Amino acid sequence: MVSSEAKTGLKTPDAEWAEKWEAVIGLEVHVQLLTRSKIFSGAPTAYGAAPNTQASAIDLGLPGVLPVLNGEALRMAVMFGLAIDAHIAPRCVFARKHYFYPDLPKGYQISQYELPIVSQGHLDIEVEGQARRIGITRAHLEEDAGKSLHEGFGDQSGIDLNRAGTPLLEIVSEPDLRSPAEAVAYLKKLHQLVVYLGICDGNMQEGSFRCDANVSVRRKGEHKFGTRTETKNVNSFRFVEKAIAYEIERQIEVLESGGAVVQETRLFDPDRGETRAMRSKEEAMDYRYFPDPDLLPVVCTQEYIEGIRRQLPELPEAKKARFMDHYGLPAYDAGVLTAERALADYYEAVVESSGADPKLCANWVITDLLGGLNKLGCELAASPVSAGALAGLLKRIVDKTVSGKLAKEVFEAMLAGEGSADQIIAARGLVQITDEAAIVAAIEAVMAKNPSQLAEYRAGKDKLFGFFVGQVMKATQGKANPEAVNKLLKEKLASP
Amino acid sequence: MSLSPEQVQKIAHLARLELKPEQEGAYARQLSDILEMVGALARADTERIAPMAHPLDMVQRLRADVVTDPVGAEGRAAFQAIAPAVQDGLYLVPKVIE
Amino acid sequence: MSAGTRGPGAGSGEALHRLSIRQLAEGLRARRFSSRELAQHFLQRIEAHDKTLNSFVTVTAERALAQAAAADARLAQGAGGPLTGIPIAQKDIFCTQGVKTSCGSRMLDSYVAPYDATIVRKLHAEAGAVMLGKCNMDEFAMGSSNETSWYGPVRNPWDLERVPGGSSGGSVAAVAAGLAPAATATDTGGSIRQPAALTGLTGIKPTYGRVSRYGMVAFASSLDQAGVVAHSAEDAAYVLQAMAGFDPLDSTSVDRPVDDYCAALDRPIEGLRIGLPKEYFAEGLDPACRAAIETAIGQFERLGARICEIRLPHAPLSVPTYYVVAPAEASSNLARYDGVRYGHRADGARTLEELYKKSRGEGFGAEVQRRIMIGTYVLSHGYYDAYYLKAQKVRRLIYDDFKRAFETVDLVVGPTAQNVAFKLGDKLDDPVAMYLNDIYTIAANLAGIPALSIPCGFVNGLPVGLQLMGNFFDEARLLNAAHQYQLATDWHLRRPHGFE
Repeated sequence: MVSSEAKTGLKTPDAEWAEKWEAVIGLEVHVQLLTRSKIFSGAPTAYGAAPNTQASAIDLGLPGVLPVLNGEALRMAVMFGLAIDAHIAPRCVFARKHYFYPDLPKGYQISQYELPIVSQGHLDIEVEGQARRIGITRAHLEEDAGKSLHEGFGDQSGIDLNRAGTPLLEIVSEPDLRSPAEAVAYLKKLHQLVVYLGICDGNMQEGSFRCDANVSVRRKGEHKFGTRTETKNVNSFRFVEKAIAYEIERQIEVLESGGAVVQETRLFDPDRGETRAMRSKEEAMDYRYFPDPDLLPVVCTQEYIEGIRRQLPELPEAKKARFMDHYGLPAYDAGVLTAERALADYYEAVVESSGADPKLCANWVITDLLGGLNKLGCELAASPVSAGALAGLLKRIVDKTVSGKLAKEVFEAMLAGEGSADQIIAARGLVQITDEAAIVAAIEAVMAKNPSQLAEYRAGKDKLFGFFVGQVMKATQGKANPEAVNKLLKEKLASP
Repeated sequence: MSLSPEQVQKIAHLARLELKPEQEGAYARQLSDILEMVGALARADTERIAPMAHPLDMVQRLRADVVTDPVGAEGRAAFQAIAPAVQDGLYLVPKVIE
Repeated sequence: MSAGTRGPGAGSGEALHRLSIRQLAEGLRARRFSSRELAQHFLQRIEAHDKTLNSFVTVTAERALAQAAAADARLAQGAGGPLTGIPIAQKDIFCTQGVKTSCGSRMLDSYVAPYDATIVRKLHAEAGAVMLGKCNMDEFAMGSSNETSWYGPVRNPWDLERVPGGSSGGSVAAVAAGLAPAATATDTGGSIRQPAALTGLTGIKPTYGRVSRYGMVAFASSLDQAGVVAHSAEDAAYVLQAMAGFDPLDSTSVDRPVDDYCAALDRPIEGLRIGLPKEYFAEGLDPACRAAIETAIGQFERLGARICEIRLPHAPLSVPTYYVVAPAEASSNLARYDGVRYGHRADGARTLEELYKKSRGEGFGAEVQRRIMIGTYVLSHGYYDAYYLKAQKVRRLIYDDFKRAFETVDLVVGPTAQNVAFKLGDKLDDPVAMYLNDIYTIAANLAGIPALSIPCGFVNGLPVGLQLMGNFFDEARLLNAAHQYQLATDWHLRRPHGFE
């Protein structure tokens, strides 16, 4: 076996195997929808509660309980469908998927089978300058299961059903992805989209966005798909890349040594960077799907769908284009600023309330704000400097209260929580001197102190202009407006 | 349609029922009888008939996204009072192997 | 009853268990007896007779007396409705908070429900009825003889060697024997009507969606419907009135106003169009029962009904359709009983699979296991289309038959069962023979329409039931027709020997 390091080193189809083999990858992503209550019960969905304190009679599957669909979960699913340009089923049906497992209280999961709410959509990705359209076969609503805890109970496992009944949107891609890098690009794009839509908090550590990867390989030029495996439990972008790369290499190795890939469910072990077959999924599943008789067909009228379409937020690509067009930003800036909806909103708030040049605002947000937050190890949502506060500083640059250079110092202080731009400027005495009389007085004092340099300058040694600027700035502790200094100094030095 | 004891065991496994060996034969016979009776369905002409999942010609009603059932520690205590085995608020089962 | 043991007026020596619910309500308001006295009277009768009948799994004497005291307080203030203070029994399929809810199964022998079913709340907390206890039943409502209960068979008060029918066997035996004025029941394929027929009672299964299923332990979700068994259509109307109505907790509950069943009882039935399905009078119907049915139809004709023959061509496929659909849904609904969160858990299971298999193997009886296996089989890979999908299609054909029929008639009338009550143990080892008991009742569940059974005569001293089926949400008309028949006949007033 090749060491796992060698395998996980793979990043792109340019890897060694890419000459002879082609990987075929499809992703199934489970997105926890950001509803307050569960998909079929009125229990809360908040993360991190004490075990089983958010599992209601319905979530526990007590005898006699019945499900009623949460309208918000449906609305979010439709919203997603519209965002990927998909078909929204005018009539969709919930089915029961049966299997016995302790985190599945009813012995079946309520899911959608034959008639999912969303089908035939797509997402466009770009990898190394190559644009590709990835098909999304379907996205369906279902309920999440609970969690099994294996440590701390001796030869037993502990079951926490708080998560049971949390609404999920399972998004199934076509097997259109051809490399780990493409898979990650697709996943990141999808992640960005669901967070943008406000239907998911995107928190991968807490399991709000989970990915299963279906991977197979075939020899280049072959049309038939190879036997695929499904790898579960890949809960970060990095792990997805590693798990898929490992699985591609493993399958190629199996095939090249004359073996056959077994269709199975595998588990990714992040510590070892490997996948292994899951014991609990060894037997072939017979899920015995049938329409859930406790739920009726869900009907989405055209009117309902159009109502949701009108509420759709501006999506990343449209926003980026608008930022370039409307604010005159370069593509790079627009891309960075629209990567997250919250950042884009932040930026627009800064532009609007500062009245400053949009490019200047972009520089401050990208370089100073993001750089500063990065140093602090802090998320935008927890930023010590609000959009309004940053706009307050930029206003002072625009009205020349503070110079651009000193503004950086002010911003550092703002990040450190020392107060608003105005408070810091006042406290530190950083107000720019724009009063021409005061600047002229400083110039005249400098000229008086340096008669020899003055004579040399007037004799034609132009280079000494910089010397005089420096002296004037020094005399004003850097607060003199540089443009005014330049202009007035030129006048004074020229006329004896 | 006739089921063998082996088929009965397979179905019982899928349904997670432990059958005693002496039950197998009787179940095989009885289930075969039932399936034979049910076999009469095959004679019905259902060409172009839409399956009927439900007697009501209604659509699913939607619930407002409101927490109406906060559960909490009190709710858990009530639910776990009837549970066969719990520890620290968790339901216990023989160790799950993934 | 010994005279003079109770208070003044008509209450003294009154056979309280022979009074109708309307008479009981009047008596309570006239202070001839209190709700507490009523409850005590029925509790004493349960004490005296139920060792023989086995119609109750749990008697809730304390709760009954507390509820009766509360009802008396309400009545004293001139408050309360027609059921306030009236004792009733609950089928042990309805969840009752703080009271064991066994569903007739070892699986739930230790199960104390942590919440009330909607109909339990409506009947007791809202309407003020008094709960005497929980009635025995076939395990998970699967059976037609009440012999599949973990708590043993229920005996028919008309002949203790015979079955009371099922699955609501405890409910009907208790009411027929005068241990409760009325009882709730459920009907998935005939479990209200067939036992009502076998014990000389009136039992109504409403339209699917009319009564909330929330808190009713599920057997087959698309067929289950709660209803009531009582001595008369009038009694049934009072209880059903309090049970029916929209419930936001049940997605299959219908949001439409409930008719005034009691007010509709007295309408004349002149001109009522009654259809007799040819298929319901074919081979298999006992000739003596048939004669009783025909006499009853003659009575309806004398009351002004117009009788005609109709066809329900797919009726013979009801039983096969049902025995695919019902077990399929049951196998799914019963998957939750795994010994983890509640219910029976086998000792000494070392692995998860052992825990499941042993708990379910021990917790479920043979009939439940048979149906789980049939259901599992018809839903499993490779068989779904041939069985489940096919049955769903035939279900539509059966439904269409009724839709067509109700274009020309108001009610469809026929026998409830092929014969009178059979002997205990007679059909236990032959599931298919047992299943044919429901041959006339199943179609109404598949179609979702309301239906009731009323007593219409006796064969060898055993009651015969007449079935009336109505159009969707036509409960008022069914109860009206049954009541008019009962005004003209006295079959519903007969009481079994030893329980008068």
